[in-house]
Amino acid sequence: MNSRLMSIIRKEFIQIFRDTRTLIMVLIIPIMQLFLLGYSATNDVRNVPLAVLDQSRSTESRALLDAYRAADYFRIAYSVDSQAEIQDLIEAGKARAAVIIPPDYAQRLNDGNATVAFILDGSDPTSASTALSAAKLISQAHATGILSERFARTGMNLRVQPPVEVRTTVWYNPDLISAYFMIPGVIGMILYAIAAILTATSVVRERERGTIEQLIVTPIRPWELIVGKLMPYVILGFFNTLEVLAVGHWWFGMPIRGDLGLIILLSIVFLITGLGIGLFASTIANTQQEAMLTVWMTLLPSIFLSGFFFPLEAMPAVLRWISYLMPLRYYLVIIRSLLLKDVSLAMIQTDVIAMTLFAVGIMTAAALRFHKRLD
Amino acid sequence: MTETVISVQNLTRRFGDFVAVDHINFEVHTGEIVGYLGPNGSGKTTTIRMLLGLLAPSEGQATVLGYDVFAQSEEVRSRVGYMSQKFAIYDDLTSLENLTFYGGVYGITDKARIQRTLELVGLKGHESTLTRDMSTGWRQRLSLGIALVHEPKLLFLDEPTSGVDPTARREFWDLIYELAEDGVTILVTTHYMDEAEYCERVGVMRAGKLLAMDTPTALKRSIIQGDVWEVYAQPLERGLDLLSAVEGVDRVGLAGDHLRVISSQVQKETMQRLLTEAGISVEKIERGEASLEDVFLSLAR
Repeated sequence: MNSRLMSIIRKEFIQIFRDTRTLIMVLIIPIMQLFLLGYSATNDVRNVPLAVLDQSRSTESRALLDAYRAADYFRIAYSVDSQAEIQDLIEAGKARAAVIIPPDYAQRLNDGNATVAFILDGSDPTSASTALSAAKLISQAHATGILSERFARTGMNLRVQPPVEVRTTVWYNPDLISAYFMIPGVIGMILYAIAAILTATSVVRERERGTIEQLIVTPIRPWELIVGKLMPYVILGFFNTLEVLAVGHWWFGMPIRGDLGLIILLSIVFLITGLGIGLFASTIANTQQEAMLTVWMTLLPSIFLSGFFFPLEAMPAVLRWISYLMPLRYYLVIIRSLLLKDVSLAMIQTDVIAMTLFAVGIMTAAALRFHKRLD
Repeated sequence: MTETVISVQNLTRRFGDFVAVDHINFEVHTGEIVGYLGPNGSGKTTTIRMLLGLLAPSEGQATVLGYDVFAQSEEVRSRVGYMSQKFAIYDDLTSLENLTFYGGVYGITDKARIQRTLELVGLKGHESTLTRDMSTGWRQRLSLGIALVHEPKLLFLDEPTSGVDPTARREFWDLIYELAEDGVTILVTTHYMDEAEYCERVGVMRAGKLLAMDTPTALKRSIIQGDVWEVYAQPLERGLDLLSAVEGVDRVGLAGDHLRVISSQVQKETMQRLLTEAGISVEKIERGEASLEDVFLSLAR
């Protein structure tokens, strides 16, 4: 075995394990991120606080409110007596939605032309739109129920059915659990950020201390220096991947439907992209802070333009084009497909090829630049 | 016995229009301790970097241990030791870990050899001390150990004693002499005059040019043509102004409680008379020894 390469790897590991604080952070941050994003970054609408102005105060109006109460989308938080109160509650953020049932609700329901006002706080469009469809669904179901009942009462034993029925089936994530969408994203982000930041700072630290210069006058070859310095972070990143997968699977119930070997292999390919970015940043930066900031600068567009949070389909064309330059974009497609769908390699080959090209390209460019800066 | 270890011919390095090293020529032989004296930016480090093959010469050539420094830099690097002024050690590793690491980089896996180096630089018993907790003197010795771990025949020391206290500096030089006795050739750069005195031969470098290279004694004899006088007079500043203006005085400088005058023409009696006439009281005028500083300042003029 190459003693020069082994020496560097061993030294790098000693340094990693000696800096306990950083090591603990590297192991804990992925789990923290996972819990934060798994629970907080959710588009699921549950328990939206609802204010109710029931001017009808009839059996009919109470039946409608019961329908709302039954679905767990809303939580009737306030019963008020005036429209002004509704305004106050929504402005104060105490209620996110309100239902106004007019005084003549029962009468008009009888006549078949009842109206109910539904007010929604649209400041958070994502959850508002989900709440809106939930409200519509509840009202329609309730209306259909009333009609059926009425027909039954008049002796016409007739089941009312809409002329067209759309039966929706959601595949892969039938309960639309956001965590299943987030966990693959967290894996991608963690692999990228940790690999890039650790690599960049560890290389820049050697330059700051002058140890790089000392290493250049030894018989060590540049490729040995690069591989030796990066290898420990590949292994560390590999553990991070396993860690996030394990917690995602056993805590959040995230399915792992694809081939685990393939998931790990492709994650390592993506990890090389992060290491390459880190190595590249280390050739630009002179201090560890500069290195950190340089990595951050690439991290933010990666996160926002990769489909991590926001669907790429909805973005303006320019941003969508830029997103093709984000390696994370390809990895997210790959990891989400592999985790949720058990796709074959052939089905994601375009993304795999694109991601591999980026990994090879970035690493090559970084290694060349690194080599050039040594002289 | 006097094999040529370093041979430099017309070695030149330009950075754009700036000539960092300007057609220098010198030779270093086995077991010599050669000092390379010059202010910061005079081209000392650039010369060493070229000899290590880190920097391509713009002109001229150099061989180290018989290898061409640029074409065969790998051969050179595996046979020479280099200690930089930064003490390139890993703060978060112990001294033993530092030595083991650099040893491994040179392909040395024999633990006994690592121990021997540790012993040589006097760090035996401090194997497991983190280097960040060490004094500068110890760090300096460890840094030397790193340069020595592969038992090189030639050692480049680039300002090895900067920031080290006098005792540690003296100990360091004792070590250097020991190495030279064992046949290690040493090229050391410095800007400390007293340190240059420890060397067998000294090259004086200024603005990229190697102005002279010889033993300290020979340099003093050949460069300082006149006599050196130590003038004890009061008030000193007026004496300085007065003697500086005298025709035939090469140089006058303040040296603590007296003036140093270098002159080949003006004699003791003349100075005594001139000072007394100007109302400056002269305590005594003694003959002094030429120093390397005098050499350096003369050459720098």
